[in-house]
Amino acid sequence: MSSIGQIVKVGIADMNIVRSPDAIRTSGLGSCVGVIIYDERAVIAGMVHVMLPDSGLAKTNHMNKAKYADTGIKELITLLKAEGAQSFRLKAKIAGGAQMFQFNSQNSSFKIGPRNIEAVKQALNEHNIPVLAEDVGGNSGRTIEFDPHTCQLHIRTVNKGNHTI
Amino acid sequence: MNYIEKLDTIHLDILKEFGNIGAGHAATALSTVLNKQIDMKVPSVRIASFNDMMEMAGGAEEEVVSVSLRIEGEVTGNMFFVLSLQQAESFISNMTGDTAFSFREIDEHSLGLSAMQELGNILSGSYLSALGDFTRLKLYPSVPELAIDMFGAIISYGLVESSQYGDYVIVIETNLKEMDADQTDEMKGHFFLLPDPLSFQPIFQALGVGLNE
Repeated sequence: MSSIGQIVKVGIADMNIVRSPDAIRTSGLGSCVGVIIYDERAVIAGMVHVMLPDSGLAKTNHMNKAKYADTGIKELITLLKAEGAQSFRLKAKIAGGAQMFQFNSQNSSFKIGPRNIEAVKQALNEHNIPVLAEDVGGNSGRTIEFDPHTCQLHIRTVNKGNHTI
Repeated sequence: MNYIEKLDTIHLDILKEFGNIGAGHAATALSTVLNKQIDMKVPSVRIASFNDMMEMAGGAEEEVVSVSLRIEGEVTGNMFFVLSLQQAESFISNMTGDTAFSFREIDEHSLGLSAMQELGNILSGSYLSALGDFTRLKLYPSVPELAIDMFGAIISYGLVESSQYGDYVIVIETNLKEMDADQTDEMKGHFFLLPDPLSFQPIFQALGVGLNE
């Protein structure tokens, strides 16, 4: 193991990148999806905390790219490449997209978890980035932490324990 | 123009009053159910970033008990009644007489969980019916759902609508505390009312004030 670094936190609708020995973390994923894209050789990883599936949903001109699956993943890849990652080496791990509430409602907001998962996978596929591991769906919140050195994604839940993918 | 930029102080005061009416009735209902004095603070209306919102009940990862519902009708939005585990255990013990109740050892059919669900139903029902009576707006709440999970994971459902319009949410927040439990001033329960962006206009109209154009 390398020396212990900092843990870089990613907020909701936010993104960041880290190099070993630092790790990257986001807390309280519900319907949101945490997407980690990493280059194992360059020991660099980026995370985006996706809130909505498609930037086409934006009803405003001012746009936060990290909020949407399509623009967030594209932007994260750009950032990683600027830091020396090679696009052909990029791999992804994803977690989140829970459906925590049913609400007998017509409103599609509550099916946002599954829609986010689908949109994230589609965007990764379009950029030819394989998803090596995933922990998605279900009805539990997740806190996730990724170490670019081991390439392990640690997942903590309140009701279903902890595990690593 | 963004809907948030159209708001004046008077609009925020109206939302505060909107919250005050609902929360006042809910506090009375809670006091009656628990046969205890419950102190409810004057609501605050905040324009919060999503990350600010996560900090309002101890952080995104904080484990909480929540009863949440969706509001449909002339005003739409989400409402969350959020308690610390400790506060929820105290309320449940009070209602069921089971002083040993703990979230650490429960099963799905626990009487304690039913009691918590029912408490959420009563409180959100009294909050919303008071608002409906006052504004004459039709509000149709969904069946409230109980969740014991991370605060961030729960509250993010209330941000979905607003997030399509920007990176801020308007939240009407009311804190409550049990008066005779202990003497600390720590807030242990929260009501969060998060109207959808398109619902502010009907609220202001019902109360006789237009939005700036």
